[in-house]
Amino acid sequence: MHNLYTLNDLDINEEGYVSSLVSNEDIRRRLLDMGLVEGTRVKCVLKSPGGDPVAYNIRGAVVAIRNEDSKNIFIKTNQD
Amino acid sequence: MGLTKNSTGIKSVDTGFIVTKNNETDKIIALAGNPNVGKSTVFNSLTGLKQHTGNWPGKTVTNAFGTCKYNNTQYILVDIPGTYSLLAHSKEEEVARDFICFGNADKVIVVCDATCLERNLNLVLQTIEIKNNVIVCVNLMDEAKRKKIDVDLQKLQKLLGVPVVGTDASKGKGLKELLDLVEETSTNTVNIRYVKPIEDALVEITRLLESKIDSTDLNLRWIGLKLLDYNKELVSGISNYVGYDLDQDSDIKMVRESLASKGYCGEKLTDTIVSCIVLTAEDICNETVVFNNKKYTFKDRKIDRILTNRITGIPVMLLLLGIVLWITIVGANYISGYLFSVLFWFEDKLAEFFVCVNMPKTIYEILVYGVYRVLAWVVSVMLPPMAIFFPLFTLLEDLGYLPRIAFNLDKSFRKCNACGKQALTMSMGFGCNAAGVVGCRIIDSPRERLIAMITNSFVPCNGRFPTLISIVTMFFVFSVSGVKQTFIGTLLVTLFIVLGILMTFLSSYILSKTVLKGEVSAFTLELPPYRKPKIGRIIVTSIIDRTLFVLGRAIVVAAPAGLVIWILANVSVGEISLISYCSGFLDPFAKMLGLDGVILLAFILGLPANEIVIPIIIMAYMSNGSLINITDLSLLRDLLINNGWTWITAVSVILFSLMHWPCSTTLTTIKKETGSIKWTAVSALVPALCGIVVCFLFNLIALLLFA
Ligand SMILES: Nc1nc2c(ncn2[C@@H]2O[C@H](COP(=O)(O)OP(=O)(O)OP(=O)(O)O)[C@@H](O)[C@H]2O)c(=O)[nH]1
Ligand SMILES: [Mg+2]
Repeated sequence: MHNLYTLNDLDINEEGYVSSLVSNEDIRRRLLDMGLVEGTRVKCVLKSPGGDPVAYNIRGAVVAIRNEDSKNIFIKTNQD
Repeated sequence: MGLTKNSTGIKSVDTGFIVTKNNETDKIIALAGNPNVGKSTVFNSLTGLKQHTGNWPGKTVTNAFGTCKYNNTQYILVDIPGTYSLLAHSKEEEVARDFICFGNADKVIVVCDATCLERNLNLVLQTIEIKNNVIVCVNLMDEAKRKKIDVDLQKLQKLLGVPVVGTDASKGKGLKELLDLVEETSTNTVNIRYVKPIEDALVEITRLLESKIDSTDLNLRWIGLKLLDYNKELVSGISNYVGYDLDQDSDIKMVRESLASKGYCGEKLTDTIVSCIVLTAEDICNETVVFNNKKYTFKDRKIDRILTNRITGIPVMLLLLGIVLWITIVGANYISGYLFSVLFWFEDKLAEFFVCVNMPKTIYEILVYGVYRVLAWVVSVMLPPMAIFFPLFTLLEDLGYLPRIAFNLDKSFRKCNACGKQALTMSMGFGCNAAGVVGCRIIDSPRERLIAMITNSFVPCNGRFPTLISIVTMFFVFSVSGVKQTFIGTLLVTLFIVLGILMTFLSSYILSKTVLKGEVSAFTLELPPYRKPKIGRIIVTSIIDRTLFVLGRAIVVAAPAGLVIWILANVSVGEISLISYCSGFLDPFAKMLGLDGVILLAFILGLPANEIVIPIIIMAYMSNGSLINITDLSLLRDLLINNGWTWITAVSVILFSLMHWPCSTTLTTIKKETGSIKWTAVSALVPALCGIVVCFLFNLIALLLFA
């Protein structure tokens, strides 16, 4: 499992696939509800003026997440 | 947005999930769905009510009820706040789940966004899993069409096993078909396929339940799932509902333990269950939705890059605020002038009429120079800015700009240990602080929600910013004429509002370092697509809604206030009138803040509604001197100057108006939302203390520099 990095490493228009969420209970629940389960494709679409939070395209919806949370989401470059 | 009974939560009912029917034959329909999919729009179209809608997630935060009649059946509709899931991770989700699970709704309509069906199907699947009285309403079909997204509704219906209908709620399309489906019953509903160990356990537990539970409208498979993914509260709720104590059953416990021995328990079990639901949704979506234009979000992102850009993001935000205020100031000036002449012409006629009918002098003076006059002031000075500001603001709201403000400001709120969604509740505060306080429910963390509530009154609500506008107009832009005048006025009002926002940050920071210490909680915010606002509807509803409401409130609050102030001004103890007595008492303290006794008294009497502060000041001054007839702002300015106002007084009044105790409606709402006297008191004290300190310092500095 090389090429492992976290969601906040993505630059605008880059995408990846979720490999695991190590966030705490509270945020993990919320992200899972938004459809961010293992294997989901995420694309970074927008950065706010301060560079934090950053918005991602998750299953067709644009969702803003803070960097402190997205650094707990591991992603990989390909789907499997 | 706004200051109506609905939005302050007075009319909406929160507690309990049993809806009472008027007739045995009434049918109850619940409207569930993700945030911002058009539930309230569907609700409004069906019921003819004016539940507030807006292009951002979290607009509706309380259950609202309405009725509609179709084919001789009376339907009671319930508009539930939007949720992403029914797995009850937050309070709202729990309420929504309990409503669907234990409520007496005959049908649950799950409203979906056709342009984001995959995510929406999550909730659909979870709802179908609980009960099979579900109808799926795929809304925003027009938007999907424009984005070239094809949704195969028939196939979706087949896969889900429940009736599906496509709608365009904003134009009322498809709603008849939706009601036609209410009578249909669904049989073969979809089952979510879980991974093998869970699936095996489910089959077994469902078999057990079949023998133990008589009959229920809840799906046994779902009850089984909840028994595996154990939650004590919910299980006891279900036990009550089905009349069998599931908690004590040893067979069930055994199935759960055997599943746990395979590693599926606690967090892992819950995660796996969610994943299975999400993946089922993905499969269904793959079979039913075709994206013919992969670049359908291009335009939105282009706009976003300007509105949330590092360099342009904040300036554009201020610019938009400025433009809105500029239009308000210019427009209000015209309407005010017109209303002035009409209303005060009528005052004379009214007085003449009363004289004609031989009404006793004291009575008609109370009525005309007390009650009517305060009303006239409220209407002519306060109403025009509101009537113009609101449609404009609603326009931005409908476009989808508000979540972008939250996106831009989240970092700053994070620095104050608060939540970016506070920017949304702050924006609501422009309409009405009470509405803003109720809106704070979109903030999940109780600590951050309290911060947002306590600091909400730092944004001037529509009862206060006309004060800002009229004082700025009178004192700072009087000598400069034309475009320059309105430009400077706009700049000043914008600056004062920005000051209010800075105070929000400052006080949020201080609160989070003192009485409301704690961890920041997670933040997720959906940025909806930009939508074309329905300008006609905005103008009609916000002007009618607002004008009527403000007029109503003016009558309720301003009329008695006029009466009281007239009595205070005209009843004397010894030589001096009651009003001079009161204001004299307040004067020394008020002077330290750059105000005077009358102004401070007006703020105190203005507790029920900030709209009446300026009218009270005028009335009080007028009763002191000659009873001149003021017919426009310039005469009003003279009156204030004759009573000792300088530009320092004007700034102090603006500052104090921006920062003092919230109005009584807001305080009552805070009490209701927090259930705590203590936090209500804090909410009153924080802005009041800020105001006192800021005014005091401002005066000190102004005196040192300019005296
Ligand atoms: N084009 C189009 N716009 C719609 C349609 N239905 C709703 N809208 C718009 O979508 C936005 C959201 O509508 P609401 O009715 O407030 O959504 P909601 O589901 O009640 O949202 P919450 O209360 O936040 O959960 C509003 O700006 C509506 O005008 C539709 O069928 N077509
Ligand atoms: Mg709504």
